[in-house]
Amino acid sequence: MQFKFWILVSLLLVGAPAASADVMPLMRVLTLQDYNTRVVVVGILLLGIAAGVIGSFMLLRKRALVGDAVSHATLPGLCAAFMIMASMGGDGKWLPGLLLGALVTGGLGILMVLWIRSQTKLKEDTALGIVLSVFFGMGVSLLGIIQKMRQGHAAGLESFIYGKTASMLAGDAMLIGGAALVVITTAVLLFKEFRLLCFDEAFAKSQGWPVRALDIVMMLLVVTVTVIGLQAVGLILMIALLVIPPATARFWTEHLQTLVWLSAITGGISGLIGALASALVPNLPAGAVIVLVAAAFFVFSMLFGSRRGVVIRFFEHWKLSRKVGRQHLLRALYEWVEESSGTGPDELAAERESMGISFESLLPERSWHPRQLRRWLRDAMGQGNIYDGSDGLFHLTREGWSEARRVVRNHRLWEIYLIEYADIAPSHVDRDADMIEHVLGRAMVDELEALLRTRYPHLAMPPSPHTLSLAGGRS
Amino acid sequence: METDAPMSLNTSAKTLPATGSEHSATAPVSIHDMTVAYHRKPVLWDIDLDFPKGKLTGLVGPNGAGKSTLIKAVLDLVPKASGRVTVFGQPYQRQRHLVSYVPQRESVDWDFPVNALDVVTMGVYGKIGWFRPVRKPHRELAMAALERVGMADYARRQISHLSGGQQQRIFLARALVQDAEIYFMDEPFAGVDAATEKAIIHLLHDLRSAGKTVAVVHHDLQTVSDYFDHLIMLNMRVVAAGPTREIFNRENLRKTYGGRLSLLDQAAQAIISQS
Repeated sequence: MQFKFWILVSLLLVGAPAASADVMPLMRVLTLQDYNTRVVVVGILLLGIAAGVIGSFMLLRKRALVGDAVSHATLPGLCAAFMIMASMGGDGKWLPGLLLGALVTGGLGILMVLWIRSQTKLKEDTALGIVLSVFFGMGVSLLGIIQKMRQGHAAGLESFIYGKTASMLAGDAMLIGGAALVVITTAVLLFKEFRLLCFDEAFAKSQGWPVRALDIVMMLLVVTVTVIGLQAVGLILMIALLVIPPATARFWTEHLQTLVWLSAITGGISGLIGALASALVPNLPAGAVIVLVAAAFFVFSMLFGSRRGVVIRFFEHWKLSRKVGRQHLLRALYEWVEESSGTGPDELAAERESMGISFESLLPERSWHPRQLRRWLRDAMGQGNIYDGSDGLFHLTREGWSEARRVVRNHRLWEIYLIEYADIAPSHVDRDADMIEHVLGRAMVDELEALLRTRYPHLAMPPSPHTLSLAGGRS
Repeated sequence: METDAPMSLNTSAKTLPATGSEHSATAPVSIHDMTVAYHRKPVLWDIDLDFPKGKLTGLVGPNGAGKSTLIKAVLDLVPKASGRVTVFGQPYQRQRHLVSYVPQRESVDWDFPVNALDVVTMGVYGKIGWFRPVRKPHRELAMAALERVGMADYARRQISHLSGGQQQRIFLARALVQDAEIYFMDEPFAGVDAATEKAIIHLLHDLRSAGKTVAVVHHDLQTVSDYFDHLIMLNMRVVAAGPTREIFNRENLRKTYGGRLSLLDQAAQAIISQS
């Protein structure tokens, strides 16, 4: 824990005092005293942030896999650029040249996907599959040709497939970091436009926004991030850096701005740790570490995310079933008293204290399992709604009585509503019975109460004794 | 001759011929000989129409009649095979800011991470302009629009937690915030609750009193006479267009809906019950 903290702190203190010669290599890396390491780490950190930001929009645009087609489509461009540069007499490994080649075929790959989709009835996933494999195949063939062409020269090109930071130079990292900064800035400037495009393209178009141009800019940003990520992460794993951070963030928030922030942070930290690990252990590929770190974030978020995590959902389901169980119990008790006393609701008031019901007569009221019923009873007693009298019978307490009355009233109003307004009800039926006034409005509830009194006199009961707040009396 | 006189309700009922009609230069929206095709299959043929100013116009027709497509073609959302659209006599492309669009509710993903206020604010993005962020005055405009549709209490609620009717009202608020002259609404009444239906009707009447022009794709023949002053009956071609009380009759319904007898009976009942 302290170690990680130390890594972060040391990153903030990039300009820390120069090291003396006898510092251990581990410390040299962690404190970023080596100029080259420092630049590479910052560059990949920025790459992770940029991927997290643009990946968020791609996820929401439901184009998460486009990044995968792009990254595979860069390989023929890399190879072609290498061949051209080598034939012109250089060693062919000049990074800006290679990346330019990757940019060209990566962009071409995207255009092919869009073109296939618009000209045929094929779905996007099919188009992606075709483009991805064909371009990658072309790249692999070119790699083979290069290896035949001149022995040994192609060594290094393979590192773009799996990613390798160990051989990265400060200049390369600066290029990567600079391009990442451009991507981040563009996405921030176009935040509002991208939000509109991702949410409702047709509306955006009707408003006169140049939807196609915006789409192209967004794609261009994806291609750029993918291309600059090739060297560090590798073209096979690059998709992970575009998809996992936003998917991770989605478990924590329902707000786009927060989503983009969290995604950027997740991507950034993954990049940072990957770069550091790769600097520490020379043979460890940074790309793999980056993906694994991001995956760890993802798994944790999937389980414990505050909005959509598995645990919170399970807990909410449990809370709901407990509430439903409690309401059913109160309703059963209330209706039992109502029925067995045979009197109107007001007269019930005097009698209610003395009336109790045994476990055995309560059980058949609903399809309860005895164990279940015992649990609901225990729950209700814990909440002070029911007490276990000296006669061995269960009684409603004063609070329990008014709570039961409220529950029964709401349930009955809902039932009337569903019967009378069945055609318009479906959008409301999943609502909590507690919130009937909130959902239907005061006038509708008054109307329902009148209906209840006239049509179903044997079920009639007076309106709720207390006004229901917006929160629905969940006190 | 076939010009839709915008202000008079008592012109005689007419069935517009396919071509050759003249258009009023002042009509909020005029469609000139428009044909739309998807993948070489024509969906709309020779549509030639004026939408009258200050009126609530209903667009009815069977499934696949091209009601939504007509709106989308007017708004340039689908390509036209031929024809053009003018807004107050000028090409639509130059008059976009005067036209507001309420898409079908199902057309977007309601699981999108934004709240109600965010969605309504999208209606003022055009006013905000490129690169500038959304600021307080824009949110206040959006808030006012939310109040008009009775959704102010839900401003901060995530849109997936709204009921269908509430989502529809959010869409209406987003159109209102633009303060346009012309409103195209694609099935705003589809699958909404009673409260929303009332809110929408109230809003439509408000817009009409303010002299706005509103065109609504509608499905429920029972309510056509109650909701709309003007009607376009569509089945790939315009079967009839004119004041509702004049053209909404058995004859035109048969032409529009063809042999669908159950529908005809339903419509006939609607007509009988209102007369």
